[in-house]
Amino acid sequence: MSTAMVRIRVLLARPWIWSFLGALAVWLAAELFTGGQGAGELLTATLSFAVFMVIVGIGQMFVISTGPGNVDLSIPATIALTGAVAMKTMGGADAMILPGMLAALAAGAFVGACNYGLIRLLRIPPIIATMSANFLVMSTAIAYGRGLKVKPPPLFADFTTAQVAGIPVLAICTAIFAAVMGVVLHRTVYGRSVHAIGQNRRAARLAGVAVDRTRFLVYVLSATFAGLCGALLAGFSGGSSLSAGETYLLASIAVVVIGGTSVAGGRGNVPGIWGAALFMYLLEAMLNTYGAGAGLRLILTGLIIILVITIAGGDRPQR
Amino acid sequence: MLRGLGNPRFLRAVLPAISLAVILGAIFAVNPRTMSPIGLNLLLQLAVPVALATIAQMFILAVNDLDLSIGGYVGLVACIGATFLNTDPLLGVVLLGACIAAYAVMGALIHWRNLPSIVVTLGMLFVWQGIAILVLPTPGGAAPGWITAIMGFKPPLVPFPIVAAVVIAVVVHFALMRSSYGVILRGAGGNPRAVARAGWSLLKTKLAMYALAGLFGVLSGLSLIGLTTSAQANIAMPYTLLSIAGAILGGSEFVGGRVSPVGAVIGALTLTLATRALTFFHVPPDWQIGAQGGILIVVLALRALINRREVA
Repeated sequence: MSTAMVRIRVLLARPWIWSFLGALAVWLAAELFTGGQGAGELLTATLSFAVFMVIVGIGQMFVISTGPGNVDLSIPATIALTGAVAMKTMGGADAMILPGMLAALAAGAFVGACNYGLIRLLRIPPIIATMSANFLVMSTAIAYGRGLKVKPPPLFADFTTAQVAGIPVLAICTAIFAAVMGVVLHRTVYGRSVHAIGQNRRAARLAGVAVDRTRFLVYVLSATFAGLCGALLAGFSGGSSLSAGETYLLASIAVVVIGGTSVAGGRGNVPGIWGAALFMYLLEAMLNTYGAGAGLRLILTGLIIILVITIAGGDRPQR
Repeated sequence: MLRGLGNPRFLRAVLPAISLAVILGAIFAVNPRTMSPIGLNLLLQLAVPVALATIAQMFILAVNDLDLSIGGYVGLVACIGATFLNTDPLLGVVLLGACIAAYAVMGALIHWRNLPSIVVTLGMLFVWQGIAILVLPTPGGAAPGWITAIMGFKPPLVPFPIVAAVVIAVVVHFALMRSSYGVILRGAGGNPRAVARAGWSLLKTKLAMYALAGLFGVLSGLSLIGLTTSAQANIAMPYTLLSIAGAILGGSEFVGGRVSPVGAVIGALTLTLATRALTFFHVPPDWQIGAQGGILIVVLALRALINRREVA
């Protein structure tokens, strides 16, 4: 066998390659239809929107990696709340951008801490705990953001929409951010602990892994990233909105799983999240260029998600 | 007898019923006029479709899966019910049968490729929603007369929603908890390997459970349009989370095999009542969604407390 063949085999064995291949296929299909016109614009738009999915997706991946049943459903409300917190703190002034960002991140971290409090102290299953928290945070966001119409500071709005040679600055920052989180996941004690807990929590505890601290940080991390996404999204779309986070409930889970992270836990994957986020947005764009109506678009999106996961295959039972 | 009352297992079993009684009592105290058959009927009406959807979710939980698509599915059934079932009953029945078959196929696919149910049902949520929009692009349609007649039925003495809830709970309880094949179905979730070694087909159990969930989803959608008389594509979207919460509130667990049909029905009633109660207690609209979350947390915290006593 030639070395090229071996390389391709090794590449195909990577769980994240499928999401990129999917994204590429969908992109080619869209370009085929338009004859290559506006290819650059489509990529720019894709990158701009994929960024937000990647940020929340990475947080969700850390949560999902800690084992079955672990998932963060409080992301939508957290995005709504932190968007409002960021905009209110910044108050449209360039000088307040940093405090505003920090306030949004702190609000997110607080939500995450509450989530784990419910899970650990009250022993509520994570799905129900984060779902209940989502309701509570949403109410807080509604009460807090009542009549809130603050525009983002000009500098912040410029930053979130800036482009260098057609590539959004935010996408470059997020790529670096994702790389750092990849190192955290695969090369640090903390990341290894997350995986160990996901593979077998009891064994991890017996091996001396600080299970509680690791799980606590995972939920805090996820909500903090939702806070980051909320603030940036508010800047990007010219203000915060209560419905800003709605689509991220399901999208955050979809990008994690399509990206090759095991839902059974213990196997996270950062590059796959990028591929999956690009794939999800390009799919929507492709169906739009083909002129598919809302109903058909939903059906095809759903079927393609199922097709991808079916081809990529599930996990073999571990025990 | 007294020792029996303090028994954690017993406490855990009656906790859903106690929370239901507390909420009902509070509503009666605030507004005594609700304590009549008509009042109860109005209070509990919407609990019937929620209870049926919760039972559907419970079947999926029993085989260790989670169904995120039930809200979209119930919406699709409502749309078919308010259009085809009314104008062309035969086609309507065939379509609803196809929906149930699609649910069974979904279960088979999950089993065959060993796929995460969360992702497959997530994809199917989009599919159901898309088909529903194609069936009924704008809100409207009309429920068949016989469905509105059934849902509007007023039995003497006891309000219809209570009769319906009891019937649903008893039928499913005996089918799933007391029949011999019910034991196999639950066992397939609790200990799949043991059930497979005993010579039962896991594929068949998965097919059966998903088909049952599809059937109860159909019943849920039809009973819903019996109350609303018309439909729209996303009429039942909150049902996904409501059904999971109701089933868990009623004592089901995420580990598979551990479910309780009676508990699920009571959980659904409690959740529906809790949302109604909030308007009675003049909770500001801003905080109504939050209060629902709060109620869930309180009840589950109580259950955790009981469980801890069991361990101790």
